[in-house]
Amino acid sequence: MWRYILKRLILAVVILVGVSVLIYMLTMLMPADYIDRQTAAAVQNGSMTQDEVMRLKELYGLADKSFGGIMKSYSKWLGSTMTGDLGYSFLYGKPVTEVLGEYIWTSFIIALIAFILQTVIAIPMGIKASVNQYGAYDYTVSVFAMIGTALPSFFLSALLMNVFSIQLRWLPLQGLTTATKVFLPGQGFEVFLDKVWHLILPITVLVVLGIGGTMKFTRTNMLEVLNSDYIRTARAKGLSEHTVVYKHAFKNTMIPLVTSLSGTLPSLFGGAMITETVFAIPGIGYMALRATQQGDIPFIMGYNMFLAILTVLGMLISDLMYMVVDPRVKLK
Amino acid sequence: MENKVPFEETNKPEETLPHHSYTDLVEDEVLQQEAESAEHHSYTDISGDEIIVEENFRVISPGRMVAKRFFRSKLSIAGLCMIVFVFLFSFVGPLITDAVWGYGETQMFKIERVSDMVSKGDFYAADGKEYTYYDRSQSIVSFKAPPSKDHWLGTDTSGFDIFVRLMYGGRISLVISFIVIFLETIIGIVLGGFAGYFGKWVDQVVMRVVDIFACLPGMPILLILSAAISSIESIPAEHRIYYLMAFLTLMGWTGAARIVRGQILMLREQEYMLAAETTGLSATHKIFKHLIPNVMPQLIVSMTLGLGGIILYESTLSYLGLGVPFPRAAWGSMIALADPSKGQEILANYPNMWVPAGILIIVTVLGFSFIGDGLRDAFDPRMKR
Repeated sequence: MWRYILKRLILAVVILVGVSVLIYMLTMLMPADYIDRQTAAAVQNGSMTQDEVMRLKELYGLADKSFGGIMKSYSKWLGSTMTGDLGYSFLYGKPVTEVLGEYIWTSFIIALIAFILQTVIAIPMGIKASVNQYGAYDYTVSVFAMIGTALPSFFLSALLMNVFSIQLRWLPLQGLTTATKVFLPGQGFEVFLDKVWHLILPITVLVVLGIGGTMKFTRTNMLEVLNSDYIRTARAKGLSEHTVVYKHAFKNTMIPLVTSLSGTLPSLFGGAMITETVFAIPGIGYMALRATQQGDIPFIMGYNMFLAILTVLGMLISDLMYMVVDPRVKLK
Repeated sequence: MENKVPFEETNKPEETLPHHSYTDLVEDEVLQQEAESAEHHSYTDISGDEIIVEENFRVISPGRMVAKRFFRSKLSIAGLCMIVFVFLFSFVGPLITDAVWGYGETQMFKIERVSDMVSKGDFYAADGKEYTYYDRSQSIVSFKAPPSKDHWLGTDTSGFDIFVRLMYGGRISLVISFIVIFLETIIGIVLGGFAGYFGKWVDQVVMRVVDIFACLPGMPILLILSAAISSIESIPAEHRIYYLMAFLTLMGWTGAARIVRGQILMLREQEYMLAAETTGLSATHKIFKHLIPNVMPQLIVSMTLGLGGIILYESTLSYLGLGVPFPRAAWGSMIALADPSKGQEILANYPNMWVPAGILIIVTVLGFSFIGDGLRDAFDPRMKR
């Protein structure tokens, strides 16, 4: 088992090095004057000097495009990335790690609430649909779930905003707090309520988009289990349908469910770019999209490396969970 | 009734499945003829007499069986209708509007109308009473015309006919998604095929590359690439779409490669491959003539399901202004008009500008996923339906 874990860890490192090479190459593809143009504003208002721009170019392999130059700047960049220094974001005027640490939590809380709601709603729906396969409930739920996955997040957001914020005026349109309200230091609970009120719509969007996938996954796995021999045995023994479905069948459906859901946990830190941007919520996704549009290369590279680490972490977790959850799996 | 063998009973209700609708899908001529003359088979015995044997089964070709199962599901038929509608709308539609109305996606219309703006405010006057203050202003607006007989969905902020733009926008989405999915699949077949067939270090190298590409954060990378491309002035705006397709392909080929490799790993251990081996066929011949055709069912399903995903990617990029450049139409950029960060006016008062585009995206993506699901069930011999 330890050998297997070691093998997975080595693989994870190999993947991360590969991803870093690819992300590095991406920025290298950009023409050298791209940085000049993107930093022009920062240089003009004095938050950056010409020397710093030059250093930036060097660090991202844009100054010296010979093979030796690229190798030198890549190893330099990799070295500083390894020590946790992701560079200095010129758009936000702070080290990239600081920006990440500051905005990650808003995104995480939104994503976590959406994730919990989505799981709690989708799994029972999937079970019920699989029990009534090809029945009316199955068709209705499947069609609605598929509509959810077919919805572009920005369109659903616009629809919800139109109905709930503009027509009905129940919920705020954008932002995380009401800009016109002034809260006193003692009003922590009011601030909290105000934030909750602002987050209802974005969380709804994420839940609606996410339900379909989890529901279909549950349904497919449940169907597979329900067709297996031991379920027939359980029914033949005369167990109630409830016990068969929820105790005997669902237990085995849990294996793939736990494996895949635990694999998505790290990605909750990554932020929802489009939804956060449409609702103007200052989470990490919103900051990243702004940075991308403004060409803030250190931030973009840091953020993408961060996302890649989250993905690799998710893969590792789901591999290990598979081993923990399924007693049948014996690994060399 | 499990359809593991290609036999079907003839006493199945024929009315529910009209013959003509799927006969053209049958590739195997011989089997088709056999199926046609299924009821009475005539054999000649040794003495030369003809014996007529009545058979209570019919032989159906695999292709025909798949078609039959596909059309048995209501959702697949619904999906097919949706896709046919979207195709007609965006490929035939423009031809008709061009002939009848005589203009395209970037024809500007100035339809003048008087727009009334009334703003209201309460205030306390010096006498202590509350008064309501009305401010009425009139202006002449020549864009953003409401739906009318000439312009079915009105005109947008630039005075373009929305209905016509929807058609041209659909073209872009569909063309991009089909080209990208074919490129992805070709790359996937080649790399996945070699990895699965040769195994050992080839497999190791290819699969590690697949792992790396699969770990790239898709949307952020696409955003960077598109933003960089649109900032490079030496690339003309109308060429941006080709780069876009290349990027989408680059981010998406790993799925197809994984499917092909997995299937080939399983298939190459089977007896018929041993037979192919003994005839001394070349490796490429074995891969592309004997193995890949057997992977096609899975590939077709994943391609159909993937089309919707690419349409969503493309519309997101267009929504962020990184897709097809203005003034060309794209569904995503039409919805972007309602972005509340640019003001609430369109979001609140002009649903005719952005709702139809969103509905078309949903219809297209949903249609592809219905067809994909239907195909998967139809191809799967274990399915009980």
